Amino acid sequence: MADPMKIRAQMKGDTADIRVLMSHAMETGQRKDNAGNTVPAHYIQSITIDVGGKRVIQGQTGTSVSRNPVFGFRVKGAKAGDKVVIHWEDNKGDKRTDETTVAG
Amino acid sequence: MQQRLSMLVAAAALTAAFAVQAQQPPKKAPPPAKAAAPAKSAISEEFEKFREVLEEDNPAELFEARGEDIWKNKKGPDGASMAQCDLGLGAGVVKGAYVRMPRWFADVGKVMDAERRVVHCMVKYLGYKEEDIRKQPFSNVNKTPDHVSVITYVAGQSRNMKIAVPQKHPQERAAYEIGKEIFAYRAGPYDFACATCHGNDDMRIRTQDLPNLRKPDQAIRAYQGWPGYRMTGGFMLTQQWRMNDCFRQQRFPEPTYLSDTITALLTYMTVTANGQLYKGPGIKR
Repeated sequence: MADPMKIRAQMKGDTADIRVLMSHAMETGQRKDNAGNTVPAHYIQSITIDVGGKRVIQGQTGTSVSRNPVFGFRVKGAKAGDKVVIHWEDNKGDKRTDETTVAG
Repeated sequence: MQQRLSMLVAAAALTAAFAVQAQQPPKKAPPPAKAAAPAKSAISEEFEKFREVLEEDNPAELFEARGEDIWKNKKGPDGASMAQCDLGLGAGVVKGAYVRMPRWFADVGKVMDAERRVVHCMVKYLGYKEEDIRKQPFSNVNKTPDHVSVITYVAGQSRNMKIAVPQKHPQERAAYEIGKEIFAYRAGPYDFACATCHGNDDMRIRTQDLPNLRKPDQAIRAYQGWPGYRMTGGFMLTQQWRMNDCFRQQRFPEPTYLSDTITALLTYMTVTANGQLYKGPGIKR
């Protein structure tokens, strides 16, 4: 199973600053290993973020995103204590959900 | 004849000077005349800014988390865990241990640096095989080995602490002296020593400013940021790797993993940096 994410969510004025670090190989499918074989593509292809029970982001990502990517979002109207749920799925069907609460 | 030769040399020198100038960015200020001023070049200042932004969300944290999981949850074949590992502050104590190594360990009768001690414990308690670890001691794009994650975790537990490497035991002092000697030892096809690049102020390799490791405020710059997350490839590299790579760059034979040589060099460097603040695992281009 995939390693856990690191999520930070902090209120800054009236917006929540959410940053998430994901542990993922993000193979493009273009790289070759030492033996010359193509390393198969393996990447996160969808991300969803719910803040306070409301879906705020539903995104699609591809092979141009780096290994172990960092995503940052600013969400208006969130409040301290809101639950942040982040979910990703990759092209091989692996998935991971982690959550935290927005800090004041 | 001699005059012609000297003119030729002068012309060559001029061309060389011109070429150097052409390579530099247009608005660069002239280099400071006195070496004492720690003025940084515009390029390295930009890299500093870049690094600061990236340090906020350093993927090294992911490896810290993985290392923590191994440290806390993994069990060896006979049920032992890293809770029995003494990093110098007592069994299982991780907080602040990283900035207090290399140090003397009576149970093995050796001075060990942090990385060596962690590997020692993983072999002793978790049943890792030393020959397996030696097969791939350092990370590459395909794999960051478990012991590297554990070292990253241990280093993270000394974040924002001052370096305080002990020099009480005679062997600790001996390691420092040996390290100092290796640092200044010139050899190899280039007749290089560590001191060739790291023994003076204001040296650099390409755009990389090099610290003078004889001075505390600069030795910390070599200590800082390791273990580091290398963005190119996305894996963790350790102090031992950095040291080995310095040997490679000098065209020296590279020391075997976890050798006394590296421990001695790390002792010399870290003792020199004693009292300076360690900011935790870093991020590298």
